[in-house]
Amino acid sequence: MLFDLVERRTVVASLIAVLGACVAFAQNDPASLPSQFEFVGSWAPLGTEDVQNDSVPVDYLGLALTDEGRTRALSYDESQKSMIERQCQGWGAAYMVLGPFGLRVTSQSDQQKRLVSYTIDAWEDWMEMTIWMDDRARPSEHALHTQAGFTTGRWEGGALGARTTHLKAGFIRKTGVPLSDHATIDWRFFRHGDLLTVLMVARDPVYLVEPEIISKSFRLSKVPLDFRDPCVPGYEGREPGDDVPHFAPDQNPFLDEFMKLYNLPREAVLGYRDTLYPEYRKKIKNTYVPPPPCTADCGVAGNFVRRRAG
Amino acid sequence: MTRPLVAAAGIALVLLALGGPTSVHGQRPIDSARGRQGGASSPRARDVAPIDLTGYWVSYVTENWRYRMVTPAKGEYRRIPASPAALPIINAWDPVADQRAGNQCKSYGAAAIMSVPGRLHITWQDADTLRIDTDAGTQTRLLRFTARAPGDKSASASRPTWQGESNARWERVAAPDVGGSLRVVTSNMRTGYLRKNGVPYSERTTVSEHFDIAPLPDGGTLLLVTTIVEDPVYLNVPYVVSPHFKKEPDGSKWDPTPCSSTW
Repeated sequence: MLFDLVERRTVVASLIAVLGACVAFAQNDPASLPSQFEFVGSWAPLGTEDVQNDSVPVDYLGLALTDEGRTRALSYDESQKSMIERQCQGWGAAYMVLGPFGLRVTSQSDQQKRLVSYTIDAWEDWMEMTIWMDDRARPSEHALHTQAGFTTGRWEGGALGARTTHLKAGFIRKTGVPLSDHATIDWRFFRHGDLLTVLMVARDPVYLVEPEIISKSFRLSKVPLDFRDPCVPGYEGREPGDDVPHFAPDQNPFLDEFMKLYNLPREAVLGYRDTLYPEYRKKIKNTYVPPPPCTADCGVAGNFVRRRAG
Repeated sequence: MTRPLVAAAGIALVLLALGGPTSVHGQRPIDSARGRQGGASSPRARDVAPIDLTGYWVSYVTENWRYRMVTPAKGEYRRIPASPAALPIINAWDPVADQRAGNQCKSYGAAAIMSVPGRLHITWQDADTLRIDTDAGTQTRLLRFTARAPGDKSASASRPTWQGESNARWERVAAPDVGGSLRVVTSNMRTGYLRKNGVPYSERTTVSEHFDIAPLPDGGTLLLVTTIVEDPVYLNVPYVVSPHFKKEPDGSKWDPTPCSSTW
């Protein structure tokens, strides 16, 4: 009896060891990825990446702006959004990754059940985006430009690639950093398990010296997401006929606010190209002084977010 | 019941003795001197790579700029889902003490190194080991496609290090499409910092990474590293970031600098 028990245990242990060894040495064989993944579903934002950069008026960190782009950005006054005709204007395609919301993706097929398009549903201040998957031709360059633009996509190397053109002149950040109607955005959607990573490469010959590249991850949500609250304009203190709020670019009262809050270099806050590369970190090594720890009004949930003075 | 089991075990052990998993998966016998596979018939990771990651890559810091390019204020851990256990460590951060104690590489460990602004030099150390050198902090990561042989008691297999132990596996897109991804899982790391200002991760941390490449419109190539850090001690939920890199034509801008806790 005892011998049987010992023998069984030995056998099981041997089998486990053999199987373990098989698994351990099987890694040279590449795992198989589907050429197309399931894109349809609800994808919840994770909030662990700082990509919005819209908590203070002048924050152009991580951008490579042309002088014209910087000047336009500095002339922007957030009060423009109080004008009744601009309240529901919404934000452009780039806001898909720059905004705080998740993605709800649906698909549309033809009568032969061939995929025609994917749609990323709208939310409160963002228009829905259709990704045409049926190889349709891009419209004339003189066709209507919209906030969402015109997007075609195709599967490449296990990822979904897409290109957006025909964008209406708008913004790449909510702080007024402009994006022209000559801009093009390339997208790539990668799925790894329950994680969807969206890569955005935005090019703009007018306002960007180099592409703005943002990647943001979302997690598959079992609960369907729906952010489609309609935008309802209302009186916010601006009368019809009032001037469009703006600043003279060299007199923007918020110019130094972000720099002073975090002791940041001016050229970084104002979106100069060199600040995006590692050499810049070495350049400011002897001049940058970390800000003092926050001691009051540091934000919720233990997040030490320094608030504006006074 | 026992006899068939014994027979099965016997057959399995014989197979193992004749080449172990090789016989099952068509791979080579173990090269005992290296603790990895040898022989000539099985594919090596280098030969079956669905994407080419080798070369020089530079960080393009368009995200998390304030947390990567400069050291944020002491106590700021915004965007990191730090657990209550992490708070005393965050608030006690002392970079000078770290430097004095020889822990200046704490923010250059495997859970953080890909977000440190700098350059990567990716090469094949051997046919089954992808090597990533970083000029920031002069760190080296070894991504092994073959797990260590059973019983391998080498020091690095047991003692935690800044870069830990990384097991890698290609993920290839089904034919006729081409391309794929690299998945890397790293553990056995020394306690380190996710952020320069002392937001900690523990020795129980596991880092899962997906290396993907994408073409850039100007003809260049982008490397995207989706990174999932899981730490049952200092994180409430996984911390996910996706730093990206542009490919460079050569190593002319390679500029090794040592670890520093004060900068």
